[in-house]
Amino acid sequence: MPIRETFWNIPHWAEIGQYVLAFLTVAVFTWGVIRRILRWRMGQPALRSERFGKRVRRFVAHGVAQLRTAEEGYPGIMHLMIFWGMVMLLVGTILATIDWDVTRLFFRFQFLINGLYLVYELVLDVFGLFVLVGLGMAAYRRYLIRPARLQAIPSGYRAWEDGYVLWMLALIVVSGYLVEGLRIAVVRPSWAAWSPVGNAVASALTSLADPTSQAVHLAIWIIHGAAAFGFIASLPFTKLFHIVAAPLNILIGPFQPEGALAPARTHSGPGVRAWQDFTWKQILDIEACVRCGRCQDRCPAFASGMPLSPRDLMIKLERHLWERGNGRSLHGDVVTAEELWSCSACRACVRACPVFADQLGAIVDLRRHLVVEGTMDTRVQEALANLARYGNSFGQSERARAKWTQPIEAKIKDARREPVEYLWYLGDYASYSATLADLSRATVEVFRAAGLDFGILYDAERNAGNDVRRVGEEGLFEMLREKNEATLAKCDFKAVVTTDPHTYNTLKNEYPSLTGNGREVLHATELLDRLITSGKLRPSKRLGYRVTYHDPCYLGRHNGVYDAPRRVIEATGCELVEMPRNRERALCCGAGGGRIWMEEGKVRERPSESRIREAVALEGAEVLAVACPKDVTMYQDALKTTGHAERLKVRDVVELVREAL
Amino acid sequence: MNIVVPVRLVPDLVEEINVDPGGTALDASWLRLIINEFDDHAIEQAILLKERGGGQVCILAPSVEGVDDVLFTAAAKGADRLVKLEGLTDVGLSSHALARALAPAIQALQPDLILTGVQAHTDLDGPVGPLIAESLGFPYVGYVASVTLQAGSASVRKEYPGGLVAGMEVRLPAVLGIQAAEKPPRYVAVSKVRQAMQTARIETQAAGEIDASGALAIQRMFQPEAAGRATMIDGEPAEVADRILEILRESGIV
Amino acid sequence: MSQDVFVVIEHLRGRVADISYVMLAAARALTKGTGGQVVAVLLGENVQALAARLAADRALSIEHPALAEFTPDAYPKALAPLIKEHQPRAVFLGNTSVGADVASVLSARLGLPLVSSCLRVTAERRLTSQVCGGKIMAETELPETTTLITMVPGGYSSEEGQSDQAPALSSAPAPALDDLRVTLTQYYEPEAGDVDISKEPLLIAVGRGIQNEGNIELAEELAKSLGGIVCASRPVVDQGWLPTSRLVGKSGKRVKPKLYLALGISGAPEHVEALADSEMIIAVNTDPAAPIFAVAKYGATIDLFDLVPELTERARAARPA
Repeated sequence: MPIRETFWNIPHWAEIGQYVLAFLTVAVFTWGVIRRILRWRMGQPALRSERFGKRVRRFVAHGVAQLRTAEEGYPGIMHLMIFWGMVMLLVGTILATIDWDVTRLFFRFQFLINGLYLVYELVLDVFGLFVLVGLGMAAYRRYLIRPARLQAIPSGYRAWEDGYVLWMLALIVVSGYLVEGLRIAVVRPSWAAWSPVGNAVASALTSLADPTSQAVHLAIWIIHGAAAFGFIASLPFTKLFHIVAAPLNILIGPFQPEGALAPARTHSGPGVRAWQDFTWKQILDIEACVRCGRCQDRCPAFASGMPLSPRDLMIKLERHLWERGNGRSLHGDVVTAEELWSCSACRACVRACPVFADQLGAIVDLRRHLVVEGTMDTRVQEALANLARYGNSFGQSERARAKWTQPIEAKIKDARREPVEYLWYLGDYASYSATLADLSRATVEVFRAAGLDFGILYDAERNAGNDVRRVGEEGLFEMLREKNEATLAKCDFKAVVTTDPHTYNTLKNEYPSLTGNGREVLHATELLDRLITSGKLRPSKRLGYRVTYHDPCYLGRHNGVYDAPRRVIEATGCELVEMPRNRERALCCGAGGGRIWMEEGKVRERPSESRIREAVALEGAEVLAVACPKDVTMYQDALKTTGHAERLKVRDVVELVREAL
Repeated sequence: MNIVVPVRLVPDLVEEINVDPGGTALDASWLRLIINEFDDHAIEQAILLKERGGGQVCILAPSVEGVDDVLFTAAAKGADRLVKLEGLTDVGLSSHALARALAPAIQALQPDLILTGVQAHTDLDGPVGPLIAESLGFPYVGYVASVTLQAGSASVRKEYPGGLVAGMEVRLPAVLGIQAAEKPPRYVAVSKVRQAMQTARIETQAAGEIDASGALAIQRMFQPEAAGRATMIDGEPAEVADRILEILRESGIV
Repeated sequence: MSQDVFVVIEHLRGRVADISYVMLAAARALTKGTGGQVVAVLLGENVQALAARLAADRALSIEHPALAEFTPDAYPKALAPLIKEHQPRAVFLGNTSVGADVASVLSARLGLPLVSSCLRVTAERRLTSQVCGGKIMAETELPETTTLITMVPGGYSSEEGQSDQAPALSSAPAPALDDLRVTLTQYYEPEAGDVDISKEPLLIAVGRGIQNEGNIELAEELAKSLGGIVCASRPVVDQGWLPTSRLVGKSGKRVKPKLYLALGISGAPEHVEALADSEMIIAVNTDPAAPIFAVAKYGATIDLFDLVPELTERARAARPA
């Protein structure tokens, strides 16, 4: 009868030893986890229990099925094989333990017998093989392909952990197969074929030498056991802890809209001064990090040679937390101001992270402390002072905000004085930038062509505060929001529309009083899409340009608006071709998060220049279409610096529509 | 070291500046006041001195619209005492009258050092700093861009046209007219200003009788010939570039 | 009160400052109405040579070792008794780091009125002053008593105040200049080793509109293609993007090039006054209301980042390599 021969060839002392080791392992593991939990409790509270159903669905999709991990083919398949292989081996071990130590011991029966046992053996053997294939892929990638994002772990930050995980898993699986093979070689059960790998190992061993040495079997059995227990015991002390932290992080992650930023907490002053000022969720984020480097791969700051790698930031924070500070100060010793100011808040890292860490939230929290300390670029200081005084970063009078409307004959409705259906919120760039005044006027033409009932706030509009908040100046953001909310409260309108994704993001996600009563905030491309679809706006010309479209960070990644602008472009009769980095993976132009106000510093290649080269590489692309006034500024500049001004034109989607009218 | 910084608010030049219908004063209805930028540097220099060598910084300002914000912002930067003088409407007030009003209040604060902006754009009858110095009997040095303190004296760097700088030793107490602080005035986070509003206290003092004797009689105020005496070149960048080069060629510059 | 007009000659390190000639021109304009003589007042030690080119009716010197170098304590002490004794109709001083320190102190000490930032003076005793950063002009009538006037440049050229014939020089006794509270310790020379922008014929000036340090390169390229030198207004130098030796303005250099191409410069008075002698000023600024357009001969309200590359390209093409 096929039955599991537990403890074949294992002397009694070894069997007892295994139980002692198991007990010790559990003790060490528990101690390690408790230490982690205590550390979480040293962080700030964060409530994470609402929307249970959605939470579970996300957990299943990304914690269990690991869909985001699988977004990248090679590492995705690699990780899924190792993960599911190890899960099945763990399940097998648990079943075997129950079979032997519970049902046999207390109820005098075993269930791993006959057909069930044979299937059990087969499944475990195959999944073990998955693990080995996955580990092989991992080793090949790490040691032979050597992608940049896995290299150059900052020194002193336990780079050995990466190898440790790999080789420890390999040791467990290989030693398991060896033990199995040696047993089969001696016992030669008639059902050996159900363990194809074990059987193959047995044959190989038999052909090599006399495999019947029971001492060798015992020795490898001890190695196998020690490795398995060692692996479990080391879990809370190494990056293996992601096995616990990552699913938990995915489960408890926030459910506010992706574009919304958590308000500043004031524990020891606004923002994060010391690690204890992070919330326990942020601590968990950092603990869940596996240094996969996907964030670094997508980071525009890193790519342009600025002193920021979100991966290294997480690695350094992890060590700092682990040491509970250890007398080093978070700002300065661990993280530098230059690093933090390099971030353009594009959210590419957050979107890429397979363990759902919020690097951006941490960066902004750290910046909030820098702002209080005054540790920032003088140009940012100037921009903030202007925003505080004049409500715009240009340092111009608020009375000049609607100067761009002067050449327009039929006056635009004043939304403060009369009801309008759409309140058009321009934002600073569309209002004040001399080079963008034409674009603002083109927008008027398009809106009027669609018969839209719209108005603007004239002098009363203030910067909506999106980038102010992401610079880390929460107090100023609140001040601007209070003023804007007071203005908006006095106006009668059904929806807000804006051409500026930054304004769009904050109004939509961070102005609860505006959207609270179901009022919509629309990006101009969303509105145009509706108007075209419903037939209110009919482009009459087919432009026929070959166009590629740049997804603005605050429209795409922050708010998931990818299709509306593309439909609008197609409605103008243009042919749309995609850049390799599109939609979620679109590269930031480098202007967000207040970067547009900052000193550029020494960079290898500006993100905007990299983007232009990407667009120019598309065969026949004549137009780079954008949907953000800042993009127009950034890319027109980059066209000149890269010398492609003849080859490519930067056009706002709205301008294309106007041309097609 | 007791440092007193008299500051004032002046019309913000970012806004349009108009002359009132009477033609002899600024049109106050359009004016928005802002701290005199040189006074802002004086505050910064005072805070820098305090950070380096300790002491107390007192900010003194005429009470006008917006003065509380200015004072609380200074407190958020590190100023210790805030005093506003009631009864002085700054706009249109001559430097002489202002100095006469400020001097007794400053004297009462028993300063070792007085820092103030070297000028304000409304100074029609001279900067206020030397007037204060003279009425208190203190020495004055203006156009100062750096200050170091030692017992009984200050070493300052005074800027001259052409980039020449003089190192001078000034006996204390003294008044220094600050041209530029050693670092640009710092930005203070709104949260810090709001905190200062809760913790700092503004003392209010009444200015005595205003002595406006000897004030200048303004006959007329006007905007200089409308901007745009320049011949404007319009067109696309390429056209403008062509035209500029043409002009340069015509005038034999290139 | 006498009808003579005193002009306190400003000089540093043995050179008469341009503003002194401007003041002589203004004083001459005033005496056309008031009568009286233009009297140049020279304070210092061995000042005779400094009087050589002064367009004054006569010169009066006060010589004393304590006046060898300017200090804001010794100058008023020396001038006060002189003014008290002669009671001139007016006393001109520069609205500069020298004159402005002195004028207010004298005004308070002697109880005399002071008109500052004066741009022009008429024979009818009308004084026009610049206030509000040059956005507003204020006209005052010369008070009926000895009046102190501080002058800004721009209203008169320095040539108008120069003469080939030196005025007759007499000396006045120096008062006791002891117990001085301010002493000069040393001079710090402007950063040497760089070009002297005051002598360059072709200047490309950048202001706040240049936005960041990296963009200075754009201006440098244009300068190279035109054969000029890059200079800047205060904000650019404060940021450390260009050395102080390139600063055009009140505490920087005064320049008089053939061409001053102002890029992204709004035109604050302390900047404008230092470039007013340029033969041709071309200003590029996106703000059509920028005061720089008031002094420029040609202007364009376009983005300098659009214009500069075009200009550089064309200038390069036109210039033999």
